[in-house]
Amino acid sequence: MTTTTSTTTSYYRFKPWNVGRIIVWGLFALLLIVAPMLFKSSLALTMLSQIGYLIIICLSYNMLLGQGGMLSFGHAVYTGLGSFIAIHAMNLASKGSLPIPLVLIPLVGGVAGMLFAVLLGYVTTKKAGTTFAMITLGIGELVASMALMFPEFFGGEGGITTDRVYGGSFLGITFGPAIQVYYLIAAYCFVCTAAMFAFTGTPLGRILNAVRDNPERVEFIGYNTQRVRYFAFIIAGFFAGIGGGLTAINFEIITAADSVSVIRSGGYLLFTFLGGATFFFGPIIGAVLLVFASVLLSELSKAWLLYLGLVFLFMVMYAPGGVASLIMMNLRLAKFGKLRSLWPSYLGLAGTGLVAVLGAACMVEMTYHLQLNAALGPVMTFLGATLDATALSSWFGSIFVLLTGLGLFELCRRQFLQQWSRIQEEIEHQIKRGEAL
Amino acid sequence: MSLEFFVISTLNGVSYGLLLFMLSSGLTLIFSMMGVLNFAHTSFYMLGAYFAYTISSVVGFWPALVLAPLAVGAMGALFERYSLRRVHKFGHVPELLVTFGLSYLILELVQLVWGRSTVPYGLPEQLQGPLFTLYDTQFPKSRSFVMLVAMLMLVSVWLLLTRTRIGLVIQAALKHPEMVQALGHNVPRVFMLVFGGGCALAGLAGVIGGNTYVTEPAMAASVGSIIFVVVVVGGMGSLAGAFLASLLIGLVQTFAVAIDHSLATGLQALGMTVTEETFGWPLLKLTVSQVAPILPYLFLVLILIFRPKGLLGTRED
Repeated sequence: MTTTTSTTTSYYRFKPWNVGRIIVWGLFALLLIVAPMLFKSSLALTMLSQIGYLIIICLSYNMLLGQGGMLSFGHAVYTGLGSFIAIHAMNLASKGSLPIPLVLIPLVGGVAGMLFAVLLGYVTTKKAGTTFAMITLGIGELVASMALMFPEFFGGEGGITTDRVYGGSFLGITFGPAIQVYYLIAAYCFVCTAAMFAFTGTPLGRILNAVRDNPERVEFIGYNTQRVRYFAFIIAGFFAGIGGGLTAINFEIITAADSVSVIRSGGYLLFTFLGGATFFFGPIIGAVLLVFASVLLSELSKAWLLYLGLVFLFMVMYAPGGVASLIMMNLRLAKFGKLRSLWPSYLGLAGTGLVAVLGAACMVEMTYHLQLNAALGPVMTFLGATLDATALSSWFGSIFVLLTGLGLFELCRRQFLQQWSRIQEEIEHQIKRGEAL
Repeated sequence: MSLEFFVISTLNGVSYGLLLFMLSSGLTLIFSMMGVLNFAHTSFYMLGAYFAYTISSVVGFWPALVLAPLAVGAMGALFERYSLRRVHKFGHVPELLVTFGLSYLILELVQLVWGRSTVPYGLPEQLQGPLFTLYDTQFPKSRSFVMLVAMLMLVSVWLLLTRTRIGLVIQAALKHPEMVQALGHNVPRVFMLVFGGGCALAGLAGVIGGNTYVTEPAMAASVGSIIFVVVVVGGMGSLAGAFLASLLIGLVQTFAVAIDHSLATGLQALGMTVTEETFGWPLLKLTVSQVAPILPYLFLVLILIFRPKGLLGTRED
């Protein structure tokens, strides 16, 4: 049996220009430009700036994880060291000993990140797979503890501070106000995203995918897999460094305990995966989620890391492609006009799931309340409801809500699974019929 | 360096190294069998300590020494059965990720149940006090107990793997899982047992490590990356290598924290003048005890450059 199925996917491609692509990128640029005009509060602006450079960092991380199959636990090393070099460059520039305008500071961070990737990546990329992950963790710990050993460079506990407003103003732009910094970040974000997308199409980007999928075959056709991983690692280090440089400009302070820590690396990993490592745009969603989770969710609940861990665990188990894969699956349904019939099931799943989560969340919040705020008395409010954390009735109530939610959710899930597989079959059938014609 | 310091440091180093080995042996077993790097391994170590703290406050330390590892092992087996096995088909990276997520979750749950600060998990009366006094320095009973338990564990794991039927099945399933399955053994269940067993070993290390050292939410992270270093340095999947590397790193770390010399004092002893103006002073002035935390990682880098398969490893990947 031969397996020569021709993949005839139809892109909306009009020669000589790829209109679909131009529209998508145009919308992305427009979104970056318009976003601060829609959300004007200073909190929104801070969040938008953070999203901007985190998009670069998460995309650079995904160059390793998604495209190269390299699970790194030490990505913060390159962003963090990029930040430190950038902040020192800014301090030198404001003293007048280094003529670099602020606009180019992220590139300084990028070059620094790249140099450190050249240095450390040589050791790291000697191995692939699980061993690679362990080595990156070791290197991450190494740099994190080294950073505390050299307070002259890393500023010790207090970190290094700087002032981004140096040099004269150019056309009234001083980079003092946050909005000007946002547009600097947005410009870098757009250019870097475009560059990283272009990278996926280069021969190196293609062979990197091959190294991820089948390193042995790649060796057979004459490539050195170790070198491919090394090159990809260096490029990822460059973009990570740019992200780090933008971080330094945005915050004007960098501390070693935070910016090169292994916890920070874990955060990048977590959210890149949640966003979706298998699609190029997944990490962009991840970066947005990261900012929303760390700014808004942490305000809402003290137990947010617990919820985050649970979401991550379920995501790995049930949707290893992240949010992006969920979106793409539904787009596929929509393309075949099947999405409408699934709406009631989605609503049912969401509704019953929410009930179950509510029950569980009540119990978690009560436990947290007992642990942390015991001095304030046992009564607390959660989502507008008043709960007595020591009373049996509120515990029984929560358990009842949880069990009801779980039971109904399971019923909905079974029904949904049947419907889902039926629709997938129909789509397969439709595709086959289309090929036969 | 006096003889007394040398002997006591060696003993301390060996007992710490053996504790590391109790952790890395479970990790190595799981890795060589299932190809899964259990990122949450030290989380199970922490769970062991906390379980033992709670159980020993009810029934005493000695029953807890048995019950806590069993409970941790059961949790590990359940995790393997209901979570890890499900992602097995997606490949190694999701497997690693799911254990990474679990380590997050266990840390938060521990903080939820036992609080964020240290818990008063003390030694039982029989283990308090010094075992012997050498000149003026005392060697505590608890550390010797760690050594005793680790040696017993080492011997029993070795006997289990080489002398019993289930051990032979495990060894066979390690090399040729399909063949073993074809011979009628339930390989997934063997995997579950191995994972649970490895977690139980980590739990046992937690029970005795928790009261010898400190029981706190940070205890998992503090040894977490060290035992990964141990496993890579020893050679992925090699139990003997893990043993050697554990002892080596235990000794290096224990000796390093006690040595107060730096490159600067060394050069001064050689008759060179080293002052704050000398080039590279920030590097020269660091004492060995200051760089102690990074020594294992430096060791890891050196091993990877000069002997990529580890001390006793056989795998080249």
